[in-house]
This record gives sequence, structure tokens and C-alpha cells, in this order.
Amino acid sequence: MPDSATLSAGCILASLVLYALFGGADFGGGVWDLLARNPGAADRRRLIASAIGPVWETNHIWLIVAIVILFTAFPGAFAVVCTALFVPLTIVLAGIVLRGAAFAFHAYRLHEERGAGRWGAVFASASLVTPVFLGVVFGAISSGRIRATEPLAFTGDVTLWLSPFPVVVGFLTLASFTFLAAVYLIHETDDPGLREKFRRDSFRSAAALVFLSGLTLALAAVDAPEFFRALTGGTWSIPLLAAEIAAAAGAIASLALRRYPLARACAAAQVSLLLIGWGIAQYPYLVRPDITVSSASASPRTLRLLLGALAAGAVLLFPAIFLLLRVFKWEAISGTPRRP
Amino acid sequence: MTELDLARAQMAMLFAFHILFAVAGMGMPVLMVIAERAHLRTRHPVYAELARRWAKGTAVLFAVGAVTGTVLSFELGLLWPRFMAFAGGVIGLPFALEGFAFFTEAIFLGIYLYGWDRVSPRLHLASGVLVAIGGILSGIFVVTANAWMNSPAGFTLADGRPVDVSPLAAMLNPASATETIHMTLAAFAASGFAVAGIHAFLLLRDRENLFHRKAVEIALAVGCAAAVLQPLSGDMSARFVARNQPVKLAAMEGQFETEDGAPLRIGGIPDVASRTTRYAIEVPKGLSLLAHHDPDARVQGLAAFPRDEWPDPVPVHLAFQAMVAGGTAMALLSVAAAWLFWKKREGLFGRRFLIAVALCGPVGLLCVEAGWGVTEMGRQPWAIRGIMRTAEAVTPVGGLLLPFAFFSLLYLGLGAASVWLLRREVGASPFFPAGSRAADPHGTEGKE
Repeated sequence: MPDSATLSAGCILASLVLYALFGGADFGGGVWDLLARNPGAADRRRLIASAIGPVWETNHIWLIVAIVILFTAFPGAFAVVCTALFVPLTIVLAGIVLRGAAFAFHAYRLHEERGAGRWGAVFASASLVTPVFLGVVFGAISSGRIRATEPLAFTGDVTLWLSPFPVVVGFLTLASFTFLAAVYLIHETDDPGLREKFRRDSFRSAAALVFLSGLTLALAAVDAPEFFRALTGGTWSIPLLAAEIAAAAGAIASLALRRYPLARACAAAQVSLLLIGWGIAQYPYLVRPDITVSSASASPRTLRLLLGALAAGAVLLFPAIFLLLRVFKWEAISGTPRRP
Repeated sequence: MTELDLARAQMAMLFAFHILFAVAGMGMPVLMVIAERAHLRTRHPVYAELARRWAKGTAVLFAVGAVTGTVLSFELGLLWPRFMAFAGGVIGLPFALEGFAFFTEAIFLGIYLYGWDRVSPRLHLASGVLVAIGGILSGIFVVTANAWMNSPAGFTLADGRPVDVSPLAAMLNPASATETIHMTLAAFAASGFAVAGIHAFLLLRDRENLFHRKAVEIALAVGCAAAVLQPLSGDMSARFVARNQPVKLAAMEGQFETEDGAPLRIGGIPDVASRTTRYAIEVPKGLSLLAHHDPDARVQGLAAFPRDEWPDPVPVHLAFQAMVAGGTAMALLSVAAAWLFWKKREGLFGRRFLIAVALCGPVGLLCVEAGWGVTEMGRQPWAIRGIMRTAEAVTPVGGLLLPFAFFSLLYLGLGAASVWLLRREVGASPFFPAGSRAADPHGTEGKE
């Protein structure tokens, strides 16, 4: 049984995986909104808005859960991350505000005007920028550049994140979110033309994702060597890489065969494995190389209560999320049309 | 402005903006659920239309509240990393619980907004009820964290760090009860009056429209119930502050010297240089009576505390006076509403009363801002009272003017857009004729 600090870190990772799979895909939807070109752009945008509409706020909360666990269980680490990564985090926040508010306004106007309009453009551009800087944050905390021997003693440069590895992780995050969205969106419609368009987009973004995964690995070797060694040197490294490749191949093959529910599952597995691999390689560090899960953890009583609250909350939460998905996403997930 | 001032200004701006949407997120779902319940009971379409329109308003306000709330949860660390490094492990728990309340709100708001034709009427109404409960609990959890800053508990200070931490004791700190009750009532009063004010304004131009009449009735019922209870909660809060944070009370009341049988000052401007509050109407022994329920009780003045632990009494006193004045006006209007309603249902729709309701529309929200100002400015110079000064909590990152300016402009735009969109939505009011019994769900409307 892992200790409570490790369990708390595991909960952060789990929240981040859920955020990527659900919230990430909503950002990806915004990117496809941005990239939509005529003919048929309006139809695609409408489909994206209706797919995101009922669920995006719920999906967004996984990020808040991750951040709350971080500052409750590892307050010193939160302080260092917020100080060293002040700039990218501020940009992420601006993106979150612009994306969310613009989407709400945009969805609001759709009832009367049918069309994207100004808010649509803001929503789409914010959807493009936010994942990149979110990814930069994750790249930066694994890069080994943020030094803080004392949780409160970070006095380094606030531009440490401007380096090849964090930046490529940013684009990898963007590619993951866009890929997920394209694959998910195929089954949000029964219009064959739209489905084919999103299928083509899925291939395009899968190619970008595979390319950026390789580039990230290569840049890690030079720009984040310790993280690279942890990522490639573990006994779990080869099996994880194999699973990752299998998921990617499975996603592409099932897209080729138009087996969309399977493609969804493979795409979700692929992105989850990316994050899980990052998490295992990062462990036991929260911020490489100075802040670990045990050095930054809050008191044992806080951790126990937090884990208890998370477990109790999950018991209430998961049936509610299941209901939400059952009501709005059943056809898309299972591939069976709704019975009237 | 120093970097500390900029950090404080940014945080204040972010909070002042967010709190309006947070308050709406607590109050609006209740209105929307009451309207839907009335529709299920009476089958009158006017209630269904009200529930739908209020749900749309709730949707936009909740969305803006959700994203601006996210900003705050990060800005706690971005602007105040030392505060969070200290406090995270102590007071993080209510934020985690708030996360689940927020999930409940978001999930069931999704079902409510997009599920009119997809789920059964009972599940739909139940979803609305869960949105309301989630909203209220979210507010309560967050306010316990603020209460902790006023009344830190649940840890022992050792070598500048919290040890022997008890997150439950921190969450249930002595100030939690009074602060959460006061804030929850404020949210209902403010949203009830704001909504009633808007519909009363529209009713003045469209006197026969049942849509606005029913809206005024429901919103006033919620707003007035909260507004008449609020003075009781205010009395509890003031007496708690008198015991727990006497220096804050002194600043709120403009009380410079320690005094037995201290007077209550209505209005007035504290003058720090001469240590007097000028131009106030003084009610003899009033403050002692209110703060300690004893006309001769001793009230500590600012002078009883070291000068570097004073909050600035000028804004604290003025904000406090504004809050009390607004709260009193709302409570009086509520009593008048109850009287008019009791005499004759039609009484609520007299021209003069509608004007009063319309004028009171923004008062609740202004009171929320003023009250928030009192509790935050009144706690200065501390971030955590007696433990950590605000100046010690601030980030070492420089150049804070840029994010302050950026977020100010962004929020200005957001606020303008929200108002414009909601105005458009409310302005397109559907017409339901009043006067005919068939059109009136209760058959009690008279003719005008």
C-alpha cells in the first residue's frame, strides 16, 4: 500500500488524466472550430458547440480538482510552481476565462443567430493557446530547471520555462487534445459527410501526435536528461512504450476500418498512457529535481482527511457523471442510436 | 504603487468581480427551481417560460463565475505563494469539498439546461434542486476558508510553520458559522432583489405583463425572506467581531478611543490624524448596546492596538456604513412588501412600490461588495490574522502591473458582455396578459 502522500499524488495524476480525456477534448473541439473551413464550416461549428455544451463545465472541474489536491497535499510545491511558472500559468488562466466565457456567450447567441460570430472566434483562439501553455507547465516541472532547495526559497528566473523541452510538451498537449476531439466528434453526428471530415482530421492530428511524441522524447534526451533517463530506464518503460504504440496503432487501424467506438477507446488509452508515463517517470518528484512527494507533503492528518474526502466525493460524483454522460453522450460513446 | 499594492489591487478586483457571479450562482438556481415547481403544480406556461429564461441567465452567470473562480484558485498561489505554502495544508480541505459541490452544480446544470426534452420532469426539477444545493454549498465551503483567515484555528505555530494540523478544526473555525450564514443570506437577498428590480423596471413599462408580475413575486419572496433575516445575522456577526477581532470592529465603527458606553456612529468620516470620526450622528451608548448587548460595556478603540496593526478605518468605516444602510433599506422594503402582499396581492404592483423595488435592485449586490470590503480591508494588515502579514504573503515575482492591467481590461470586457447579453435576453420579454382569470394561475389578479 503506497503512503498517503503518494496516493495524493496519484489522485492528482488521475484528475489530470480525466481532465485531458474530457476537458482536453473540449479544448480540442475549439481548435477544430478554429480550423473549420468552408464549405460546411458552420455545420461543423454547430456540431462542436452542441457536443461541448452540456459537459464542458463539468469537464473543466477536473483541473480544479488537480490544483486543489496539489495545494492541499503539497502546499510548498504549489507555491514554487506558481512562482516559477507565473507567466505560463497566467496565460493559461486568461485562456480559460476567454474560452469559457466566450463559449457561454457563443452558445447563447446560437439560439437566435446560428453562426459563429465574434465569440466563436475568441472561443476558438483561446482553445488553441491554452493547451500549449498548460503543457509548457508540465514540461517545465519535469525539465529539471526549476531549482528550489526550500519550498519557499524559489528566487530563480521566471522565464525558465522558455526552453525546447517544455515548449515541445506544450505542442504535444495541444496535439493530444486535438486528436481526442477529432476522434470523439466523429460519433457525435450521423451525417456521413461530417463524419468523413472528422475522420480525416483524426488522421491528421494522429500524425501530428506521433511526430510530436517522438520529438518530445528526442528533446527530453538533450534538454531534460534526468527526466529522459527516468522515462526510458525503468523496468516499466518498455511495456509502457509497447502499450502506447499498440494504442496508437489500434486507434489508427480502427479509424481506417471506421470502427469508431473502438477508435475512441484507443485514442483515450493513448493519451492516458502518455500522461501516466509522464507521471511514473516524474515520481517521486513534483518539481524536478528538488521537490519530491515526501518533501513537500502536508501533515499526515491533512492527507488522510483529503483522501477520505476525495473517496467520499467520488462515490457521489461518479454516478452523477455517469448520468450526465448517459443523458448526453450515450449514442456517441456506444455507437447505438438513441431510441425515440 | 508598490508591488504589494498591485497584488492587493489585482486580488481585490478579481474577487469583486467574481463575487457578483458567485452570488448569482447561489441565488438564481433557487428562483429557477421555484418557477419550475410552480409550473409543475399549476401547469401555467408563464412559469415554464420564467424557469427557462432564468435558467439561461443562470447558465451565463454560472459560466463566468466558474472561470473567474478558477482564476482565483490559481491566483491564490500566483499572487500569494507564501500564504498558500503556509495555509494550503491547513485550509485546503474546504476547497476540495467545494470542488465536489461545484461538480454537482455543473453536472446538474448541464442536465437542467440541455435536458428539458431528454429527462423526465421530475428528474429535471431534481437536477435544478441539486444545482441550487451545490451552489449554496460551494459558497459555504469557500467562505469557511475566508473565515479561517479572520479567525485562524486548527494548527499550532512552530518556527513559522503550522504543526499539529487539524483541517476540520480549521474549517469549523469560530468565525465560520457567522460568516457563512451572513454570506448565504446576502447571496439570496442580493440575487432576489437584483432579479426583482429588473422585472419591476420592465413591469413599469409593461404593466399588464403576467410574466414580469410572477417574476417579481418569486424573486421578492426569496429576496425579502433573506433580507429580513439578514439584520439578525448581522447582529451575530458584529458581536462575534467585537469579541474576536476588536480592532476590526473599532475600524468599522470609527471608534478611536476605548470607551465605556460607546456611541453608535451613523455616517461620519474617520480622521486618523486627529483620531476622531467627524460629521457622524452619534446615538449615545448605541455601539456598546449593539456590540455587547449592554449599554455600558467597554468597546476597545483603535488606540488600544499597536499602530502597525490598524486597518485603515476610512474605507472600512465607509464600506460598513454603506452595507448597513443598504441592508436596512432592503429589510424595510421587505417588511413593506409583506404588508402590501398581506393586504392585497395586487398591492405589490402599485407604481410607487415598483419604483422602490426597481431602485433597490442593485442595492443587494452593492452591499455584498461593501461587506466583502469590510471583512477584507478590516483584516489588514494581516493575511492570516495574527499569523502572517499580507506583505509577507506576496509573491517575489515583479512586474505585477501587467497582469493587473490585463485582467482588469479582460474583466471589464466580460462584465460588459454579460450585461449586454442578459439585457438582450430580458428585454425580449414574452407577453402573458394579466387581468383575465384564465390567464392567471391563481385567479387572484385584479384589473388595473
